[in-house]
Amino acid sequence: MTENAPASMYRTDEGMGLWEHRGKVAAVGVGHSPTARRWDGRAETCVGAISLIALRRAIEDAGVDPAEIDGLVMDPVTTTGAYWPKGKPVPEEVTSAFNCTDNPLDGIAGLSAEWILKNMPELTGIDFTMYGPGCMSNAICVAAQAVGDGLANTCLVLKSWHNYEGRYYQGGANAGSDLPGTAALHALWGTPACYGTALQFAEYCRKYGKNHDMMAPFIENSRQNGLKFPEGYWASHRPEEITPEDYKAARWIAKPANLFDNDLPIMVSAAYLYTTAERARDMRQKPVYILNHAASNTRPRSLTPTLDEVEADTARTARKIYEGAGITAADLSFENMYDGFAQFHQFHIEGLGYRGMKFGEALDFYQTDISIHGPNPILPSGGNIGCGRSRFWMHTDCIQQIQQRAGERQVTGVKPEVAVSGGPMPLGGRFTVWSATPD
Amino acid sequence: MPKQGVVPDDLTRPFWEAANEHRLVIQSCVACKHLQHPPAPVCRVCGSDTVEWKEMSGRGTIYNYGVVHDCPIRLLQEDQPFNVAVVMLAEDPGIQMYSHLPGTPVDEVPVGAEVEVTFEATANGQMVPEWRVVGSSEGGEQA
Repeated sequence: MTENAPASMYRTDEGMGLWEHRGKVAAVGVGHSPTARRWDGRAETCVGAISLIALRRAIEDAGVDPAEIDGLVMDPVTTTGAYWPKGKPVPEEVTSAFNCTDNPLDGIAGLSAEWILKNMPELTGIDFTMYGPGCMSNAICVAAQAVGDGLANTCLVLKSWHNYEGRYYQGGANAGSDLPGTAALHALWGTPACYGTALQFAEYCRKYGKNHDMMAPFIENSRQNGLKFPEGYWASHRPEEITPEDYKAARWIAKPANLFDNDLPIMVSAAYLYTTAERARDMRQKPVYILNHAASNTRPRSLTPTLDEVEADTARTARKIYEGAGITAADLSFENMYDGFAQFHQFHIEGLGYRGMKFGEALDFYQTDISIHGPNPILPSGGNIGCGRSRFWMHTDCIQQIQQRAGERQVTGVKPEVAVSGGPMPLGGRFTVWSATPD
Repeated sequence: MPKQGVVPDDLTRPFWEAANEHRLVIQSCVACKHLQHPPAPVCRVCGSDTVEWKEMSGRGTIYNYGVVHDCPIRLLQEDQPFNVAVVMLAEDPGIQMYSHLPGTPVDEVPVGAEVEVTFEATANGQMVPEWRVVGSSEGGEQA
C-alpha cells in the first residue's frame, strides 16, 4: 500500500538554510490530459483514463524509456467537491475497461498508485510510490525531496481531478436536514467555499483603501493568458475573454467575491517527470532545476484566517522560499502563485515582495502593465481563473516558460530564468522555485 | 433563518448542551488557559489533553462580514442573500463565531459594533448561538 509522505518531506521551518538538494533535481517532462467540465460516463474519460494519458504524455515529452522510471508520487484524492452518490451502482462498462483494485471506485472517484501501476504495464521498474495529498503543489514537493534523497531517480508526479453532474458542493450533507456537531460550527451558516477569502479581501480593502473593481485588470489578464494555454479548459472549450465590464457586472457569490473571483471545477490530469540533474542532461527537454521547495503548516487561530494571520504567514513563507533557494525577490523573472480564488493572489505576491511590492500595494500594481509582454508579468499561466481549476497550470507554465516553449504565452518582457509557483491557500500552501540553471 | 439540525458529537457535545441552556461555552486549556474554537482533543498551543469548557459573557464585536448570494446549503437558499458576520468574543478577540446577525439588514453590517449572544432553535430543536447588534461601531466604520 502506498503511504502519505511523512511531514519530514516538506520544508516547513524557517532557518533550515539552503535546500540540501538545491539544483540537483530537475523537471524534464510535462503531460496534460484533455479537459472536460464534467465526466460523461465513458470509460475513456474517467479520471483514471485521463491520468494514463497525462502520464504517458509526460514520459513521451521527456523521451525516457518507461522501464527506466522508478518512482511515482501522486494525490489519491481527485474530487473537485463532487462525490459518487451513495448507493449508485458503479458502471460495469467502465470497470471492465481497466485492471481494477479492491476499491470499485478506484479510477472513477479517486485514484490509487496501485490502480496506475495495474494499468500501465510499461512501468516495470517502479519501486517507490508515495502520496503527496492535497494538490500538485504538494506532490511536486514530495517528488523533489524523494529524488534528492535518492528514494527515486526518475519519478513521475501526478495530479488528477474528477467532476460530476450537479452544482458545486450542493450534495451530501449540504442537502440534508442535519449536520454533525463539529461540522456545524462552520457549516450551519451556509457559507460558500470562497467566503473566507472574501472576508480577507473585504478586510484588505478596508485597511488599504482599495475596492473590488481594482481586481478587474488581474482577472482580464488571467483569462487572456489562459486563452493562450492550449490545454486549458477555457482555451479548449469556451474561448471567452473576461472584460473589466464583464467582471464588474458579474453576480455575487459571497460579496465581495463574485462569479469571476471563483474558478471553474473541471476534470483534468497533469503529470511531470522529475529526475536528478545529472540524469536530466541526457533527456529530450531542457532541464528545469528545482532550487527549493517550501511549505506552510500554519493554521488559523479560530474559524477563518484574519488578514493579520495571512500577511504574517505569506511573509514567513517568502522567507522560507528565498532562504532555501538562495535567492531574493529581485531574482524572480516572474511569478505563478495560485489564484483559485482570485482574491488571494495578491496576498501571495505581496508576501513574496514581488517587484518590491509591499502589503496593500498589489491592487495598484494590477493597474500597471502586468502582461506577459511587460517587465512585470503576473501569473503568465493564467492560473485557475484562466484555465479552470487544476491547481497545476502555474507549475506547468514555470517549466515551459523556462524551457522557452510556452508558445503564445511565452513571456517576452523578461528573460525567464527563475520563477516561483505554489499554493493553494496562503495558509497551508506548498511552493517550488524553478531555475534555468542549477546554481 | 431555518438552520439545519445539529447532531452533537463527542468533541462538541458540551458546547451544544450549554447552548440548549442558553449558555455560551468555549474550550479552555487547564494548563495554559488558552481558549480555542473550534474545539480539539488537545490544546493547540501547549498540547495538553486536559481541556475544560468555560462560560463566556456572551458579548463580542463584529470583526468582519460577507453577504452570501449563492449558498451551498439547500435549507438556506430561499433566504439569499443574507449576512454572515464574524464575531470576536469580548474575552478573547482571537476566538471567532459566525452569525447571520438577525435583525441587521442585508449588507448593512456595522463592522466594529458590539453584539450579544442569543440562542435560536435549529431544524431538530438543537439551540445554536446567534448574535444581535447592541451598539454602533466606533468611528462609524462601515464595510
